[in-house]
Amino acid sequence: MYRRKKNFNIIIRYLLATAGAVLMIFPFLVMVSNAFKANVFVIEYPPKLIPENPSIENFISAWTSNRFQLYFLNSAVVALMATIGTVLFAALTAYAFARFQFKGKEILFALMLIVLMIPDMISIIPRFYLARSLDLRNSLWGLILFYIASGVTGNTFFLRGFFESLPKELEEAMTIDGANPFEIFFRLALPLSKPALATVGIFSFLGNWDEYTWALTIIDEPAKRTLPIAIYSFQGQHGTEWGLVFAAMIIALIPVLIIFISLQRYFAGGITSGAFKG
Amino acid sequence: MYLSLKTQKKLMPLLFLIPGLLFFAIFQIYPLLKGFQMSFLDWQIMPGKVSEFVGLDNYARAFNDVVFGRAFKNTLIYTLVTVPGQMIIAMIVAILINSLPKGKTLFRALYYIPVITSWVIVSLLIRYFFQSPNGIVNYFLVEVFHLVEKPLPWLRDPALAFVPILILGIWKGIGWSMVIYLAALAGVPKELEEASAMDGANGWQNFWHITMPLISPTIVFTMVMLLIGGFNVFISVYLITGGGPRQMTEVMLSYAYHQAFDFLDFGYGAALSYLMAALIITLSFLQIKLLRKPQEIY
Repeated sequence: MYRRKKNFNIIIRYLLATAGAVLMIFPFLVMVSNAFKANVFVIEYPPKLIPENPSIENFISAWTSNRFQLYFLNSAVVALMATIGTVLFAALTAYAFARFQFKGKEILFALMLIVLMIPDMISIIPRFYLARSLDLRNSLWGLILFYIASGVTGNTFFLRGFFESLPKELEEAMTIDGANPFEIFFRLALPLSKPALATVGIFSFLGNWDEYTWALTIIDEPAKRTLPIAIYSFQGQHGTEWGLVFAAMIIALIPVLIIFISLQRYFAGGITSGAFKG
Repeated sequence: MYLSLKTQKKLMPLLFLIPGLLFFAIFQIYPLLKGFQMSFLDWQIMPGKVSEFVGLDNYARAFNDVVFGRAFKNTLIYTLVTVPGQMIIAMIVAILINSLPKGKTLFRALYYIPVITSWVIVSLLIRYFFQSPNGIVNYFLVEVFHLVEKPLPWLRDPALAFVPILILGIWKGIGWSMVIYLAALAGVPKELEEASAMDGANGWQNFWHITMPLISPTIVFTMVMLLIGGFNVFISVYLITGGGPRQMTEVMLSYAYHQAFDFLDFGYGAALSYLMAALIITLSFLQIKLLRKPQEIY
């Protein structure tokens, strides 16, 4: 009797959890379903979730039209370069805070934390002015450099904690063997920190891949657009062809999903450390 | 070149610090200072023109600006609705998933998908869902649930246009808090709950008296992060309503952005941004007061 009640209870829980999950992913189901409806002016009424004649036509026309491949490439270049820069420079900075003594160290660290508290949007107007003065408007470098800057400030805090948790003894042993701090950093500290660096790398990449506001602000030239900007203007041009817009959105979402699914073990740690907010 | 060991030791930290600090100084500190200066000027966009110092005029203007008042109110509403909304639903979902014998990882991943999807994509999806008259939300309201007689003009009606933005804010954020709550719940010792159940406590008492106190630092942490995130609402408003109709759904950041990049009033936009920064810094200090030692949470 007790057992049956318990089983019943568990079934109810699974039903509730599933219902909730369906609600959470319902918009994505609609997006996928409509992307596979060819030539439909997708405001069907009543809406149908299962396409009648599924076709990949939308994906082909999205991929081959409007310089979409160039935008995909722009996004990939910007996100990759900014991620490499962020991981490298944040790690160097964090290592200095974790392992060296120097004048004004804690004041500088506190200053970085205060800046970290202030959202990037607050300084978007003067940053636009700076980008214009440095001739970084309509340039992918204008995106990369500013993304690295926010990434360094954001991740130094997290990586400092990680480096401080590494045992000092190994580094001391290397010093006695005559290694200089750079050798210790690249050959010992970095390899030992792979999980932390991976976490920083993944979150930086996703953040840079999706970044919209800064790109919207400094990129006017169509050839320099990244995917988020391109998708939005795509919707503007093809207002009623939602199937096409959804196909473009799915293509942009695929790298994100691949990273999420294949590197899931880094996610929970990264989120719960409190260092990252999606 | 020969450097003494002592000099080498002194220079070493600098070599590690230089790249990061250059980025920090040029692309973060300088704009923050420049923006502060701009907020006291009648900023001229054209290079070469002199920007006049106007003292606190830009700030004074904000306090007499009806639209800014509305933007402030909307930001507050957004925060007060979406923060508890996300937290309560996330907690319920976390407890539910935590109680499942199998499949936790799968469910966690499904609920997390909206979090990893970019704001641009989800904002466009929401616009599609709330289309009028033939959007999906209207279909469900009119044809399936018969809640309203005729389709609602969601994005055209000032009284309704903010609703999709609020719904998006809650829906997209649930997974983030949920993952954090799940991690916290996993850290609650099973023995404690079992002991209290033996003493006759029901599920609710158990949660309220055993689980809650143990995970309360986590709850405070998510609350503070979400509050700051709530004040930062921008992309969804910018893309779903553009602050319209008739500037009824502007939030603080969208209004500052419009001032700067549509009306080219950089000085005023900068002043609005700094008012916003003051709010966020105050919130952050409240956080530090509430959580004396934030590192102890995890």
